[in-house]
Amino acid sequence: MKTLLLAVCLCGCCINPSAQATPYRPASADEVLEKLPTRLESRNEIKALRQAAADSPANPQAAFALVRRYIETGRAESDPRYYGYAEAALAPWLNAAPPLPEALLLSATLHQGRHEFQAALADLAAALARQPRLAQAWLTRAVILEVQGDYPGALRNCLPLAKLAPALTAATCVNSALSLSGQGASAFERLDGAVRALPDGDTAERQWALTTLAEIAVRLGRFDEAERLFTAALGVKQRSAYLMAAYADFLLDSQHPEAVVRLLRDETRADGLLLRLALAEQQLNTPELAQHVQALQDRFAASRLRGDTTHQGDEARFRLHLLHDPKTALTLAQANWQAQREPRDARIVLEAALAAGQPEAGHAVVEALAKSGLEDRRLAELAKQIRGAAS
Amino acid sequence: MRTVLFIVLAVCAVAAHAHKPSDSYLNLKLEGKELQGQWDIALRDVDYAIGLDGNGDGAMTWGELQAQQRALQAYALSRLRIDADGVDCPFEATDLLVDEHSDGHYAVLRFRARCPAEPHALTIAYRLFFDLDAQHRGLLNLAQGGHFDTHVFGPASPSFKRVIAAKQNTAGALAGFVREGVWHIWIGYDHILFLLSLLLPAALVSVDGQWRASPGLRRAALDVVKIVTAFTLAHSITLSLAALGYLALPSRWVESAIAASVAAAAINNIGGWILARRSWLAFAFGLVHGLGFAAVLLDLGLPAGLRLLGLVGFNLGVEIGQLAIVAAVLPFIVALSRFRFYSPLVIKFGSGCIAGQSHEGSV
Repeated sequence: MKTLLLAVCLCGCCINPSAQATPYRPASADEVLEKLPTRLESRNEIKALRQAAADSPANPQAAFALVRRYIETGRAESDPRYYGYAEAALAPWLNAAPPLPEALLLSATLHQGRHEFQAALADLAAALARQPRLAQAWLTRAVILEVQGDYPGALRNCLPLAKLAPALTAATCVNSALSLSGQGASAFERLDGAVRALPDGDTAERQWALTTLAEIAVRLGRFDEAERLFTAALGVKQRSAYLMAAYADFLLDSQHPEAVVRLLRDETRADGLLLRLALAEQQLNTPELAQHVQALQDRFAASRLRGDTTHQGDEARFRLHLLHDPKTALTLAQANWQAQREPRDARIVLEAALAAGQPEAGHAVVEALAKSGLEDRRLAELAKQIRGAAS
Repeated sequence: MRTVLFIVLAVCAVAAHAHKPSDSYLNLKLEGKELQGQWDIALRDVDYAIGLDGNGDGAMTWGELQAQQRALQAYALSRLRIDADGVDCPFEATDLLVDEHSDGHYAVLRFRARCPAEPHALTIAYRLFFDLDAQHRGLLNLAQGGHFDTHVFGPASPSFKRVIAAKQNTAGALAGFVREGVWHIWIGYDHILFLLSLLLPAALVSVDGQWRASPGLRRAALDVVKIVTAFTLAHSITLSLAALGYLALPSRWVESAIAASVAAAAINNIGGWILARRSWLAFAFGLVHGLGFAAVLLDLGLPAGLRLLGLVGFNLGVEIGQLAIVAAVLPFIVALSRFRFYSPLVIKFGSGCIAGQSHEGSV
């Protein structure tokens, strides 16, 4: 009798039609299919800006205001659709001969978001050639060069900011570059001093400075200080996916997965944050893990379908730690290393090379690290293992 | 305001990447001079382009989508052009449904395109949303005569051209369908699970409600042949009827019924209600599995002239794949049946796992 009951129950579940992933006709007109993710006021503001841009098609400032709003919204919501909207709204202004520096700057920002660094640098060079005092262009160029691992180049582009930008922004830019090229301790002291000297700076500026400080502290192995700085950065009332990702990485490394779950529980929309949440759930062995791994797999597959490679670094981590597939992880991590060279990009190459039993695949990265003079406790440990495994 | 943007833009570049940009999924199937189309477009994109959320509450309902059905069909289909040898193939919208993808719900537009003659060269031009979202991509899947083409439409690659072989090479096409049949058995594990559930007790006899190893191999072999034949016969019947258009059931029913058949066969092993007549069970459920095979075959896009060939080839492939797997597993079933643990461990526990699997697979 028990087995019969089980049979009936199992079959009942199998036949439940709502469980199928095939096109269907909803039963009721009131069925809610999708909730718009963006807040109403934000949608209304965008609607007004769209209208304003449409009403005065010859006014570049109206178009740029819309583009800027799209980029901000895309960042706040972790939603790449807004970058596509921004690009389409900007397109007519890039066809002008020559384009306005502001249009080039916005175009560079969009290229940068898609990791098309060469195109972004070309736009910035054109913008600065026409308007050398464009602080935003210097800053964006410094950030790109830093991501590419060109620390001296980044530093050169930070220097003009001393005159053109708020003091804390300039200090963050300069000391971030210095900290990555062998002057970690002194860069930390200087930036820490700047943060203390300018306690009431702009919100975003302050958050950026605190995040940068926290990351330097992590690399120097000053973990208590890093914890304090991350907490302070999160205390600044502005959502930053970058900050959450960096803090989550720190917590994962210091074996606090439960804190990661608390931090990211509701952040499943951004792939990078969902990845870190799943890594924490793996350590805790929670029931949500399987569902999140599946979601990540679907999303990476969907980006591959459209030929998108900006996720390679995250996907390499996903492959290595969650799918236990070091060979594929190594291929992805190496391709990612060709595009961007932050410490986390180096780390995944070394980890995948060790896990795949191919330490020689990590040599180029180890050499690049030695050349830059980068100080990073965890990377140094991995580099040692690579050299040890090879000899 | 100025300085806020300043940092935001600098940091956003390095920021974690978000969920998906906008994609649409365009599936086309060429049959003779007609194309069947299914176009999945994200509801968010529909809302952005033509406005869906009529009452402005941030929630899009089925009623709101239906109210915009005409507008959506006109908007989307006017941004797609299919031509056969330079002559336009006009569209006719046939249905509007809904589906869920990894990033939310999509409107599913079904349509037909009628070309004036069977095309030699098919050109598909796509420009949906490119004016609104420069990162939008259209992912094309074109099926014709057992071949699949894929293409990613973007502002830089807005059209796709496919030259259709003037005369299909019969042997090549047949081989293609056989391959598809084998492949489907290999990846569509529900069919194999069903058959295995029926075969697990093949080398056993039931004595007073207890499983005992079958005294002779002959008997076990006969049992296997009967079950496999019944299953093959049944699914060939419904596969043929459905592929030739005499029989059609909604695919979600068929898929549910297949999942249920796997569970039923596995649970029958645990409970042991139908033992001697498992070949009848194989026949009855085989009818359902045949409908599942037909759905796959129809998705391959059968050109009118190749219908029978495709059916024969695909069915042949299914049988080859199925026999290969049975041949590989059978020696283990026979060899292991001699051991005491076989009945409790393999039959009961194994079937339990299969039943659980089929349940999970359907959710």
